[in-house]
Amino acid sequence: MANVRSWLIDDSPSSRLQARLGRAYRISGALSRNPLAAIGAVIILILILTAIFAPWIATHDPLKQDLTQRLLRPSGINWMGTDELGRDIWSRVVYGARITLVIVVLVAVLAAPAGLVIGAVAGYFGGWIDRILMGITDIFLSMPKLILALALVAALGPGIENAIIAIAITSWPGYARIARAETLTFKNSEFIAAIRLQGASSLRVILGHVLPLCTSSMIVRVTLDMAGIILTAAGLGFIGLGAQPPLPEWGAMIARGRSFILDQWWVATMPGFAIIIVSLGFCFLGDGLRDVLDPKSGEQR
Amino acid sequence: MAFESETLADIATKSVKRRSFRKSRSARLLLGLSGFIVSVLLTFLGLLAITFFIGRVVPIDPVLAVVGDRAPRAVYEAARIQMGLDQPAPIQFIRYVQSILSGDLGTSVSTGKLVLDDLKRVFPATLEMATLGIIIGVLLGVPMGVYAASRRGSLVDQIIRVVGLLGYAVPAFWLGLVGLAVFYARLKWVAGPGRLDIFYDGLVQPVTGIVLIDSLLAGETEIFVNALWHLALPASVLGFFSLAYIARMTRSFMLDQLSQEYVTTARVKGVSERLVIWRHAFRPILVPLITVIGLSYAGLLEGSVMIETIFSWPGIGNYLTVALLNADMSAVLGATLVIGAVFIAINKLSDVLYRVLDPRAR
Amino acid sequence: MSLLEIENLRVTFPTPKGNIDVVRGISFNLDRERLGIVGESGSGKSMTGRAILKLIRAPGRVSADTFRFDGIDLRNQSEKAMRSIRGARISMVMQDPKFSLNPVMTVGEQIAEALQTHKRLPRREIRNRVHTMLEAVRIADPERVATLYPHEISGGMGQRVMIAMMLIPEPDLLIADEPTSALDVSVQAQVLDIIDEQVKRKGMGLIFISHDLNLVSSYCDRILVMNSGTIVEECNAGDLRNATHPYTRGLIAAIPQLNETRDELPVLDRSTWVAK
Repeated sequence: MANVRSWLIDDSPSSRLQARLGRAYRISGALSRNPLAAIGAVIILILILTAIFAPWIATHDPLKQDLTQRLLRPSGINWMGTDELGRDIWSRVVYGARITLVIVVLVAVLAAPAGLVIGAVAGYFGGWIDRILMGITDIFLSMPKLILALALVAALGPGIENAIIAIAITSWPGYARIARAETLTFKNSEFIAAIRLQGASSLRVILGHVLPLCTSSMIVRVTLDMAGIILTAAGLGFIGLGAQPPLPEWGAMIARGRSFILDQWWVATMPGFAIIIVSLGFCFLGDGLRDVLDPKSGEQR
Repeated sequence: MAFESETLADIATKSVKRRSFRKSRSARLLLGLSGFIVSVLLTFLGLLAITFFIGRVVPIDPVLAVVGDRAPRAVYEAARIQMGLDQPAPIQFIRYVQSILSGDLGTSVSTGKLVLDDLKRVFPATLEMATLGIIIGVLLGVPMGVYAASRRGSLVDQIIRVVGLLGYAVPAFWLGLVGLAVFYARLKWVAGPGRLDIFYDGLVQPVTGIVLIDSLLAGETEIFVNALWHLALPASVLGFFSLAYIARMTRSFMLDQLSQEYVTTARVKGVSERLVIWRHAFRPILVPLITVIGLSYAGLLEGSVMIETIFSWPGIGNYLTVALLNADMSAVLGATLVIGAVFIAINKLSDVLYRVLDPRAR
Repeated sequence: MSLLEIENLRVTFPTPKGNIDVVRGISFNLDRERLGIVGESGSGKSMTGRAILKLIRAPGRVSADTFRFDGIDLRNQSEKAMRSIRGARISMVMQDPKFSLNPVMTVGEQIAEALQTHKRLPRREIRNRVHTMLEAVRIADPERVATLYPHEISGGMGQRVMIAMMLIPEPDLLIADEPTSALDVSVQAQVLDIIDEQVKRKGMGLIFISHDLNLVSSYCDRILVMNSGTIVEECNAGDLRNATHPYTRGLIAAIPQLNETRDELPVLDRSTWVAK
């Protein structure tokens, strides 16, 4: 055991694998010493597990209506009570984890690479390409994100796919800014010059050497943005433009519980707690990751 | 002798240099100003391009959206030409910009009125709520951030940090609902949805459109109190989000300041901790803080969209939500344009303030 | 009784790997004289300076067997009592005026603050004393300079402002922590000269912290050489050539001479003293 550890924290790793594992070990060690980050990581892990094992964790069918069982208080059978159609809220919240995870992952997969490529290209080539790309980025950055997403979904038509597209369109500019800044710091470094001298093409330099160097600050930023993405998606669902019924999306569930908020408080509050916990989880984890991976950037976002 | 003449020449070139430096400085200022104006104009043009794109390009067929899918061919064609959709896109865009500049935002399908008139009517309500919200956010958020930074690592600091993160994690509409359930229904501390109780409605002539001001102008203190009563909860909900953001940013600015050498200098002088914090650490962050407050204010205008429906608040957010659900695109784009323009204006204004107020940037 | 008596002073910082002493039990006395502390970066010389003012920030800790200033036991002074000592009786000139002057307060405000913190005086008198003090540090146009912000003045002038600020309450002990290392060579001598003049005129004690052995030996009465948190050599400035510790000898050997015949300057051989 002690041998493994000393192999992992070796200052001069002899292989790429050792270096990578060593880095992973140090990062996870630093994260576990940061209590908030550890809590965040656990919350995200639980979210993922809940999404995967939803059928086993849920106690009822999330879509099955039973009008004789409507608006029941939380109890031993219905842990979070039932909604106005007699559906079990706990089971719906559990299945809602799947929707949330899908939204979050798809937005990240769409927006982060797009922003990464735009920013890296702008930073690497500079000049007019940089001015035009960053001009567009800045215009998007100074727009109100939520309103833009709302207008886009209104034009595209309500639905979860369009909500994801709209959120992705409004969130790439932040990533482009970061990728550009990172690229500029590497661009004139010796090792990039060395790779160029070996005759590597611009495409190869960007894909093989610039982009990988941007990943750690990108991971931090994406994690920190997750909470905002979840809130926007829930907001779209709440207004009725996101996930459509009968999908158990958390925002849409709150919208349904709105009419019962005064007497049957649990219908609207329970999905809200789910949103808060998951969003907080991403915030905690993002904060911790930033302290470990990107300590210079401080607390400012 | 040669030496002397050299120095004289030296002095001469120096003074010339200094003069040209002065000139280039004012030139640079002018250049910076014009660059700034260009960037503002470009951003507004970008906003127009985006709304144009959303309105004309994104829907599968904007004509169908207007005439319906059972319209006869002739009606469809007429509508298409009337909307200018037979023209190439750049010309359509120029026409769009022209019509917006002349104040034509189209007619709302749901209210049947001009979108511009609708927006003029609803905007003050949102402004009133967001302004009260930002006041709450600044009055609580700034001291919280300063306190947390000065007691770094303490329990209070941890609590303020978590409150700061909650601002990113709690859905505004949910907080509004829970607030109504607790403070209105259960505790009866605040009034329910709406701007005024029904029997006060329409009693005050709208002058500014802001009830708090209008009621005072009319000398109706009773209505003023009632309006405040109704504003309390929605403004507090918005205030929570801005205080979370402001406290977080203040804390991080202050931590940065407290590690500066000149703060140590102040301590060496024997300055009391209170003055070290407020005079030496806080004063330098005032300028960046103004930017943060500006951003937060703009954010509240946006955030009001989510909570106005809950509080039946007759503002721009409510207007936008109704328009969204009715697919009333003129109203949607009009509201987007106005919120976007105000957002950009506040953004750029705080940028200008930064440059004007910071002695280092002057 | 000496002005400052220090015995077994330690400055400790806790780290995940255990406590680290950056100052490891040093002892020295100071009268109204000029004492130089020399050492390389990380030797603990700056920490010693800050420890005297009890300005080591948490989680760092200061401990000592004797720690007396003018008969006052600094160990058990409250933070409030320390504040009335700081500035008024012990003061410190810091390294770089670019960072040590507050960027959003005018020079005049900052100097006046040093005075007002300890004395209630009428406005006019404060103004006059600030101007006199600025003149004393050879600033020709005090009325104008007092209204300037730190970024509007040069580094040399900034350091003179710093000195004015630290001397205006007339302290008994001045700590100068590398006061000239951030300055151009051309203004270094002038700044040193001003410190010297003021210290002599007011009969203060001076602790001059520097990495420059030559400078310290020509400028101070007595010299302490510090290395990794301990004092390795203590001697009068004139006796430096007779220094015995290998670290000091190594430092002296590494100073280039005007009539140099060596091809290469020697590098410190740390094994001779680190081993013990």
